[in-house]
Amino acid sequence: MAKAAAKKTAAATPSAERRAALAGQELSATGVKLAVLPPAERISLRVPEASVAALSKALGVILPRKPKTSASKAGRTALWLGPDEWLVIDETGKDPLADCAKVTALHSAVGISHRNVAISVSGPAAASAINSGCPQDLSLDAFPVAAASRTILGKVEIVLLRTAEDAFRVECWRSFSDYVFTFLSEAAGDAAA
Amino acid sequence: MLLIRCPYCEEERPELEFRNAGEAHIARSANIAGESDDDFEKFFFIRSNPKGIIYERWRHMHGCARFFNAVRDTISDKFIMTYKAGEPKPVKLPGVAK
Repeated sequence: MAKAAAKKTAAATPSAERRAALAGQELSATGVKLAVLPPAERISLRVPEASVAALSKALGVILPRKPKTSASKAGRTALWLGPDEWLVIDETGKDPLADCAKVTALHSAVGISHRNVAISVSGPAAASAINSGCPQDLSLDAFPVAAASRTILGKVEIVLLRTAEDAFRVECWRSFSDYVFTFLSEAAGDAAA
Repeated sequence: MLLIRCPYCEEERPELEFRNAGEAHIARSANIAGESDDDFEKFFFIRSNPKGIIYERWRHMHGCARFFNAVRDTISDKFIMTYKAGEPKPVKLPGVAK
């Protein structure tokens, strides 16, 4: 009922402007560069063991089964968050939710595109900048390229993905993005020193 | 900082990612409405609070978010072992006499 009403209102006023949090903000320090990444499509995916193959096929990316790993194909990345939980990020503008909708195998896909803001942290001191608030071991042995994990940064929860040897993608909740960006800005200054 | 091994993530993670969730292996009665007040009190409120080995539930809150069980020594605060939720209470504890 409420959903139907919301739909009608949306159709009547199509000009509602959506403003991305922190859009386009950047910061450069010695050895670390921060940038707020453009909006992406994201889903939170819960899949029981029996449906993993069907969902992997529908999404076009094989859902990784190993802890702390991710898989990427054609701009779509699936991050292992838990034994039956994944975060799927699509940066090409295609909606992974629509792909999941066709699957009849048991699963739960929730669109969270606008819940998260992504910040890229890159440069030779990127790991030490993140480590100023994140207690995980980010050495290349423990956290190699494409490793992904839900963890904490300072006081908030983030999802961390290593996109290259010296680059990370930090996913945080939109309402926390200001805190995270400020925290990382301070950390970037410290990491450079 | 303590490192706690998460049985689902299969590695040791910093304690900041975890939350304690009380004593483990407390079975809820299948007939909870038929419980006497005394039995319900025992189930609901009374905890063992031992000095020494304790079996606890922990949650990897800011990681895989799964609950698991841990055996901890309340004197040294050392984690003796962790195991997945639903697995039986371990009979033999590594590195513990008796």
